[in-house]
Amino acid sequence: MKSKSLQLLCIGTSPWKFLLLAIILAFSNAVPAHADDHEETPAAEEEAGPVDDYLELLEAQGEYAPAYDFFTTSMLWTVIAAALVFLMHLGFATLESGLCQRKNTVNILFKNVFIISIGVLTYAFFGFNTHYPGDFNGWFSWGGMIGDLNADGGSTWGYGGLGLAMTGFGDFIFQAMFAATGATIVSGAVAERVKLSAFMVFAVLFVGVAYPVAGSWHWGGGVLADMGFKDFAGSTVVHAFGGFGALACVMVLGPRRGKYTENGIKPIPAHNFPLAAIGVFLLMFGWYGFNGGSVLSAEPGALGLVFTTTTLAACAGALGAMFTSWFALKKPDLSMALNGILAGLVGITANADVVSVGSAILIGLIAGIIVVFAITFFDKSKIDDPVGAISVHGVCGIWGTLAVAIFADGFDFMVQLKGALLVSIFAFVFAYIVFTVLKAIMGVRVSEEEEDRGLDITEHGQEAYTN
Amino acid sequence: MKLIKAVIKPFKLEEVKDALSEIGVEGMTVSEVKGFGRQKGHTEIYRGSEYTVDFLPKVKIEIGVADDLTDKVVDAIVGAAQTGKIGDGKIFILPMEECVRIRTGEKGDEAL
Repeated sequence: MKSKSLQLLCIGTSPWKFLLLAIILAFSNAVPAHADDHEETPAAEEEAGPVDDYLELLEAQGEYAPAYDFFTTSMLWTVIAAALVFLMHLGFATLESGLCQRKNTVNILFKNVFIISIGVLTYAFFGFNTHYPGDFNGWFSWGGMIGDLNADGGSTWGYGGLGLAMTGFGDFIFQAMFAATGATIVSGAVAERVKLSAFMVFAVLFVGVAYPVAGSWHWGGGVLADMGFKDFAGSTVVHAFGGFGALACVMVLGPRRGKYTENGIKPIPAHNFPLAAIGVFLLMFGWYGFNGGSVLSAEPGALGLVFTTTTLAACAGALGAMFTSWFALKKPDLSMALNGILAGLVGITANADVVSVGSAILIGLIAGIIVVFAITFFDKSKIDDPVGAISVHGVCGIWGTLAVAIFADGFDFMVQLKGALLVSIFAFVFAYIVFTVLKAIMGVRVSEEEEDRGLDITEHGQEAYTN
Repeated sequence: MKLIKAVIKPFKLEEVKDALSEIGVEGMTVSEVKGFGRQKGHTEIYRGSEYTVDFLPKVKIEIGVADDLTDKVVDAIVGAAQTGKIGDGKIFILPMEECVRIRTGEKGDEAL
């Protein structure tokens, strides 16, 4: 019996010979060159090295030079947070496909790939500059494509006079990751019967146009910012926005076939709970970037607080949903527990940096309780939401926004309510109009036969699991 | 020759297989099936709505046996698969016209 390593060496000796030759050639080239350099450089001259490069960088920071370390740490955290928020798309993909039927898995994954792609690209093409137009009328200012955001001091602290502890590109990439989450919230709610092409058109408009416009009202310094509205990481401008857009689409689209019968609701159960659970844990992991990154710096006090409140709310949300489903619906439902984690996270997203430990737990707990009743309410109202997106993001998004005024000092309840309603209604109306127009032009729903056979085969000609 | 099809509860498979080896049965085909008889289904609940699952998971064993071994095989299966509760399953005995071993081409009782 040959050993494994011996077997490996014997298999394909030709590639190994070439590799050996390549290594020998590389070394033979390197050695003489190095010897030459050594002879030419005079020993007395000091080499311009990394220290001088660093001092040059410091000078470029101008007045912020003494805090360069903080700037670099903050920027580092920002880009890591952007990567964490990106990971949430993996969470959405697995959660949605897990909660839906086997025969639509490819379609759901495909929509999720599409969303992150156009989300970031439209944000680069016009979203970012529409989201953050600088000086504008407070309602709308159309922006163009991003250019070299490192230019004109964009790679130093306080770029564009914003005083942010990140570069222009850091700001862009962090915000870009948020943008796509709006459409992905909708994708779960319309799953298993929406027409792929119609959804793609809708997503481009919803994420590309509606999201940055609504966002500009608050983070972009528009009308909501002027009112004193607070939405730390986007309970309203991301979650409620997505949730109420989803509600509009589901109302135009209609429920899945056979879900609502004369004899009541006929459940369409999840096909893969492990996938769904993996998805929720990934989303929670990504939320550390979502909320943590929204501190917009590495400021230790805020960062520690936000990580803590975020986690406490998620845990309380899980328990809130678990026990609510146990008592109100007879059995402890795993899908409800998973939605509960997300509900708690959405609830804390507006206020994670301003609430106490106790408040964070309460906010999460209440979100977990609310979400169970919201889910059953929508089902009883024949609004078919396979993943609970409307309840988790729409309803709990509003809850999180109002919680700012309820649990933290210095915020006005009516301002919070107005802001939440403004964005939610805007998202709803925008989505309703777009989807209705698409329904008239191209249809937004697959045929009955296509829905029965499954979108994987009919829209993609592929199966998710070939065995 | 007979073809014996036995539908049993899934967790009884190992026991039935062991009981059959003991009496000299050297091969079988097993498939995962769903079914119900008098056992009916059970109720499940998803996101607050109840629904009945009529079809329960079962395991189907198919064995080709010589005529003189048939009774012993049936007894072995009954003995191993029985729990006394509803849903234990059923055994179907069909007459088998021919049996062929693919590797050698043998036919008849030698192929079983």
